[in-house]
Amino acid sequence: MIRAAWALTAMMTAGAVFVADPAAAQMHDMHGMHMPGMAMPATPVAKKPAAKTPARPRSHAIRKVSRAPSAAAAATKRASSPEQPAMQESHAAMPGMAMPGMAMPGMAPGMTMPSAAACPPGHAAMGHCTPSQAPGPAEAAPVGTDQPAGNAPPPAPPTTLAAARFYDPATMAAANRAMRDEHGGMRFSQILFNLAEVQVRDGRDGYRWDGEGWFGGDIHRLVVKSEGEGDFGRSIESAEVQALYAKAIDPYWNLQAGVRQDLGSGAERTYAVVGVEGLAPYWFDVEGSVFLSNRGDVLARAEAWYDQRITQRLVLQPRVELNLAAQDVPASRIGAGLSSTELGLRLRYEVAREFAPYVGLSYMHANTATARYSRARRERSVDADTGGLAVAVGIRGWF
Amino acid sequence: MTRMTRRHFLRDVGLTGGAATIPWLPAWAQPVSAGIVAPLPTVSGPDIALRVAHRMMMIDGKPSHAIGINGTTPAPLIRLRQGQTARLSVTNDLDEETSIHWHGLLVPFQMDGVPGISFPGIAARSTFTYEFPVMQAGTYWYHSHSGLQEQMGHYGPIVIDPAGVDPIASDREHVVVLSDHSPMHPHRIFQKLKQQGGYFNYQKQTLAGLVSGKDQPLADRLMWGGMRMDPTDVSDVTGSTYTYLVNGHGPGDNWTALFQPRERVRLRIVNASAMTTFNVRIPGLKLTIVQADGLNVRPVAVDEFQIAVAETYDVIVEPDARAYSLVAEAWDRSGMARATLAPSAGMVAPVPALRKRPLATMKDMGMGGMGDMSGMGHDMPATSAPCPPEHAAMGHCKPAAASGDMPGMSHDGATMSHSMRDFANASELPRTPTVQTVSPMPMDRTGEPPQGLADIGQEAGYKVLVYRDLVALDRNPDLRAPSRQMRIHLTGNMERYMWAFDGVKLNEVKAPIPFRQGERVRVTLVNDTMMAHPIHLHGHFFELVTGHGDHAPRKHTINVAPGGTATFDLTADAVGDWAFHCHMLYHMHAGMMQVVTVRPAGETGAEA
Repeated sequence: MIRAAWALTAMMTAGAVFVADPAAAQMHDMHGMHMPGMAMPATPVAKKPAAKTPARPRSHAIRKVSRAPSAAAAATKRASSPEQPAMQESHAAMPGMAMPGMAMPGMAPGMTMPSAAACPPGHAAMGHCTPSQAPGPAEAAPVGTDQPAGNAPPPAPPTTLAAARFYDPATMAAANRAMRDEHGGMRFSQILFNLAEVQVRDGRDGYRWDGEGWFGGDIHRLVVKSEGEGDFGRSIESAEVQALYAKAIDPYWNLQAGVRQDLGSGAERTYAVVGVEGLAPYWFDVEGSVFLSNRGDVLARAEAWYDQRITQRLVLQPRVELNLAAQDVPASRIGAGLSSTELGLRLRYEVAREFAPYVGLSYMHANTATARYSRARRERSVDADTGGLAVAVGIRGWF
Repeated sequence: MTRMTRRHFLRDVGLTGGAATIPWLPAWAQPVSAGIVAPLPTVSGPDIALRVAHRMMMIDGKPSHAIGINGTTPAPLIRLRQGQTARLSVTNDLDEETSIHWHGLLVPFQMDGVPGISFPGIAARSTFTYEFPVMQAGTYWYHSHSGLQEQMGHYGPIVIDPAGVDPIASDREHVVVLSDHSPMHPHRIFQKLKQQGGYFNYQKQTLAGLVSGKDQPLADRLMWGGMRMDPTDVSDVTGSTYTYLVNGHGPGDNWTALFQPRERVRLRIVNASAMTTFNVRIPGLKLTIVQADGLNVRPVAVDEFQIAVAETYDVIVEPDARAYSLVAEAWDRSGMARATLAPSAGMVAPVPALRKRPLATMKDMGMGGMGDMSGMGHDMPATSAPCPPEHAAMGHCKPAAASGDMPGMSHDGATMSHSMRDFANASELPRTPTVQTVSPMPMDRTGEPPQGLADIGQEAGYKVLVYRDLVALDRNPDLRAPSRQMRIHLTGNMERYMWAFDGVKLNEVKAPIPFRQGERVRVTLVNDTMMAHPIHLHGHFFELVTGHGDHAPRKHTINVAPGGTATFDLTADAVGDWAFHCHMLYHMHAGMMQVVTVRPAGETGAEA
């Protein structure tokens, strides 16, 4: 559809080259018009003739003036389509148009805009007002920037540094490399804990963290992720660390691949990881990963959260995390299927962007198999191990 | 809008020298302060010595680390005369390389001061002597092109008096250097931008705002959210960290320019900010623009104008015997620079409150031709009634038949999000993460009020400067038609904070943008991002293609509106290699820069 629209526009444009030429000419003619008339409120003297400033008095600029017509005009001739004969004529017309007198400079001191008194042609040409009648002969050629451009090909880009003729070439080459790297080639890092909290629940209070750090440039990054949880007074229940290579594959999404190592009280499995992380439409932060363990077990995880700004510093973050398993993994206390679900709602206050204390609720639900494996270890009721509601108090922080 | 933040509170409590300091008001809103009447230190003559060093500066009573030249920030005013030869020896007392680029000056390229392009840079504890003929007259400025030193205060104004009589008559003149200063080190600022999009934006849309009916209605928010676009993302670095300065003085310092009543006062206004475009006004006074980027323009009287980073405007004002506030509001309205014009020291005028911050529109996403067609007729020069071919070619206007329906451009959110990155609209762009969006229908926006001033400009009798108002006072030096044309896309990724020309960051660029010496080329800049970019070409002036024929305004920096285009004709008459970049400091640093080469026709190819 859009393509078609553009094609259509392009065709129209081509057509308009013919059609609109007279109109363009007329417009430029009006420019010419005001010059002789020059009904500007005359102030004492025209102190500085306008014609004085034109060409920059640089040596090569002067050279340019003499050589330009040949080179550029030739190019123009080659490029300009038959629709644009006016262009060449305009050159011819130029000399006649030079208005040396140009009371313009005199006008400068006068300053106050010749208020809409009537509508000086100069202004009409600028589109500031509309003259009562279209003045002047309508056939003068466009001048200066009003002329259409040709279609000459660009030159080949040079491969040398011009400054190497004035400064030591090796020094210059090094400076050039440094300059290029400095404009877009920098590397950065960030460590961010989205969750770092104490969870207060019915049974036993616990803690939870979920964070990641990255180092690298815009496209290629090394990412380290970690998450885990436990109860106070016990050894860490579950914890994992991932080391991933991340590549930006689109304006919003990164592809990630690497390894995951489980720590904590469960089996210390090692996994290969493939995942994506990015920003979905409507500003959802989304992560998804698939894990293949060294025992051949397949797990997956999906996380999403959204920052709802209530005020400039008060932010409500709903968050969901789903853990899936293709099979039972008793050693890791994971049941097949949707092994666990976590829903969170956290309200934070950004004292600074980097430091935001929060309170919230976290609801965890494990499926039956997961709960059974878990109970075996914790010696608690099934109820407690299918999860439940916890009050979360923590700090979201990054640096 | 007054935001009470801890930072502001602390800053304001620290304010000194004001009898009536009100702690809960930000510095710019303090009602009374004596004002600092301090002309910029000036250096002039054939031989000028400049020494770059670290220093502490006081801003609104608080010390802040800065880089200065000859002990001042901004650096001293360099006053030259057209036709002289300038010899400037720059001594680097920093522990790192530095440089000085003479912004807008036509100098031999090896004196242009860009490390790695024009010269190797000025090593720590060494001296480099620049020498060049002064070709032109007008208001310019100079700044470091090394690292991010410019953000730390390494900038100063240049005024060149014309060899003959100045066509702009005035009784008195003041140089007004606008800038942004942060206590945060610029490398940290850049790091924060890379770590979290919108880090400095404390004017986002909120749920509280939605409930109270502010900003966009829910449907619009959903549509923008669906596109992962934030309409409040106007400025990357904001008043949450910046203090906006006039000649190095904070709003509370209240730098004061004196005048005698009825004098014609010329203000030479330079925007030396790293990242801040300002809306400038002096309530109660008409501003007559007489010069833009150092070159004279036909006088145009306005109530307000926007000055993009790196631009300069000279204005004439004729004040009565009372005080006036000069207000330079950051375009995202997160703060303002403020100074006073008064007949005597100590006088102050009311400082207007910050106005509502702008929200980006569909047009800012490059959907120029959609929806609001009414604006277009207004933008087009009256004379171009039908639609001149080249304008049509650039997408400035549509030939009659195409109007009405826009195939493929439904307002449905899903369709829209697709079309925001449709490479059919720019097949030359690489499909990489660097290119977040491609403007589907970019149009020339040089006839529109700049971002954030559209509504204000509609007030009866209130005139806001638009680029099309600028007409060169002198006839253009080169009236040839361009022999060729090219498009350069301004691309970016706001989430990853990547910026580039044509989707390729400078560190990945394989070849420069080549020009033949003396050729005249029409360049159209297509902004595929939702932010304006002040694009600066070194060593040249270019003529804006805005319908003014042989009196096209000549500029060194053009601010390309979000989702819009701007076109200029360039005569590549200065042989050498030149920097070409976005003058948003962190955009440039992120990669939005290229090298432009100008070589004699014979040696454009490979050469040893």
